[in-house]
Amino acid sequence: MIKKELCKIISQKEIAEDIFQLTVEADFVHEIKAPGQFVHIRVDKSFDPLLRRPISISSVDSMNSQFTMIYRKEGKGTTLLSEKGPGMLLDILGPLGNGFPVNEVSEGETALLVGGGIGVPPLYELSKQLIAKGIKVVHVLGFQTESAVFYEKEFLENGETYITTVDGSYGSRGFVTDVIKDLEFDCLYTCGPTPMLKAIEKGYGHKKLFLSLEERMGCGVGACFACVCKSSSDSNDVSYKKVCSDGPVFRAGEVLI
Amino acid sequence: MSSRLNIDLPGLTLKNPIMPASGCFGFGREYSQFYDLSKLGAIMIKATTVEPRFGNPTPRVAETSAGMLNAIGLQNPGLEKVISNELPWLSQFDVPIIANVAGSVEEDYVEVARSISKAPNVHALELNISCPNVKTGGIAFGTIPEVARQLTRKVKEVSEVPVYVKLSPNVTNIVEMAKAVEAGGADGLTMINTLVGMRLDLKTGKPILANITGGLSGPAIKPVALRMIYEVSQAVSIPIIGMGGIESAEDVIEFFYAGASAVAVGTANFVDPFVCPSIIEELPSLLDQLGYEHISECRGRSWKKDEQLAYHRA
Repeated sequence: MIKKELCKIISQKEIAEDIFQLTVEADFVHEIKAPGQFVHIRVDKSFDPLLRRPISISSVDSMNSQFTMIYRKEGKGTTLLSEKGPGMLLDILGPLGNGFPVNEVSEGETALLVGGGIGVPPLYELSKQLIAKGIKVVHVLGFQTESAVFYEKEFLENGETYITTVDGSYGSRGFVTDVIKDLEFDCLYTCGPTPMLKAIEKGYGHKKLFLSLEERMGCGVGACFACVCKSSSDSNDVSYKKVCSDGPVFRAGEVLI
Repeated sequence: MSSRLNIDLPGLTLKNPIMPASGCFGFGREYSQFYDLSKLGAIMIKATTVEPRFGNPTPRVAETSAGMLNAIGLQNPGLEKVISNELPWLSQFDVPIIANVAGSVEEDYVEVARSISKAPNVHALELNISCPNVKTGGIAFGTIPEVARQLTRKVKEVSEVPVYVKLSPNVTNIVEMAKAVEAGGADGLTMINTLVGMRLDLKTGKPILANITGGLSGPAIKPVALRMIYEVSQAVSIPIIGMGGIESAEDVIEFFYAGASAVAVGTANFVDPFVCPSIIEELPSLLDQLGYEHISECRGRSWKKDEQLAYHRA
């Protein structure tokens, strides 16, 4: 059930350059079904910016009715959001979309979690839940540069973690795909920029693979048709999926990336 | 239900004058998760074309101060599926449906209008001659008065319910367009559709929208809508369903003052999914505050002469 709620900010801090970690209290925490779901935030009561901001949930604390998000301060909306402090109220719509299916791997199997940049956060809750099920989790996290790296320690606590940076300033130089090719796994979960998802689908589409997509959204609930993607390569076929309400997580081959 | 809000228009007995605008509410399914759709005055469903359409490539939306640009491109499941799946599903709600009819050529509009107007819960058609985001049809019919008049007449001939024509603001003289479709037999007008605009990406220098241009909606266009409704409502004798940036009960009253007889809420649904029921709930106390018994007393106050208004306030 999707709720619209005024949520109290518990904490907010910058954990890497322009990367913010925001924790809020919300009754709808108990409605969160799977890691990889997101919320839609109205950062200000004014009309500028007008639309809500879709932000993924990075971890859930059901006991305290809290959840955490990690986002990059980039435009007007996220800049305003980054200026909010503890005790302030945020108008949040959520939880939205369908997350990563944790039941696709069984105890004793290995899951490979691959994140790129601001696609890394939803993998953290996924990692926690997989570990709790007795699944071996390996993380490969790619960033632009050293100052953009976050959550290395947190992921390390759950399992093996490889960091790559495009400029080689931290971890190994290059892309996540350079690291994955040497790893063994039963299921791959990924979230990140489209070129990265494309490369992963090309290389590992034959395996059990789940990808979380990003697209500009309007309503966030499936009504406006802003975030659709084709589900067939046949140009006469008009079938589609909506990233917000059918996704954002899809099984490899379900949509054209 | 408040009897202070009911409005009767051709084909439409509205319990209140608030309805979600076409394209901003799908076929109602998504918003039915949030509230009982029977609360609404009516629902303007997403544009329907003869054939299923995928629409434009993404990105399809871009934001701007107090507004948004969209270039969805009339994505819809096609006439057959709308009639067999969407309209029957909507019939569980006690709410009249206004079906938005779109196409590329005259025959398309006629075919959609003929079939969809037979559905029991479709009480009126909204002829979409003003979509700025499709290459053929749509806007061409919406910018040349004679073409618009012809199309209206053709659709009127086959429709079993009253026909409202949705006007584009992207014209030199909207009054001329309104008069033309009135002459073509239109039972009402809906206005305004979106204004053509664009945004550019700061890093690449390229348009943000894959379609290059899109339709501007949201609070940014409210003054344009009000001005056009003010002009058109004095020039024609058919009713106007007003739209363009409405997000509050105050906005609704302003549209009535300009000359609208009912209103549609579009972009605001994306910002607040509960906006329509919230406005409906707030209207009676706003009427109290302003000293009106019934919302219809507000209609056309901006241009009506004092003696025309006198009986309302007696």
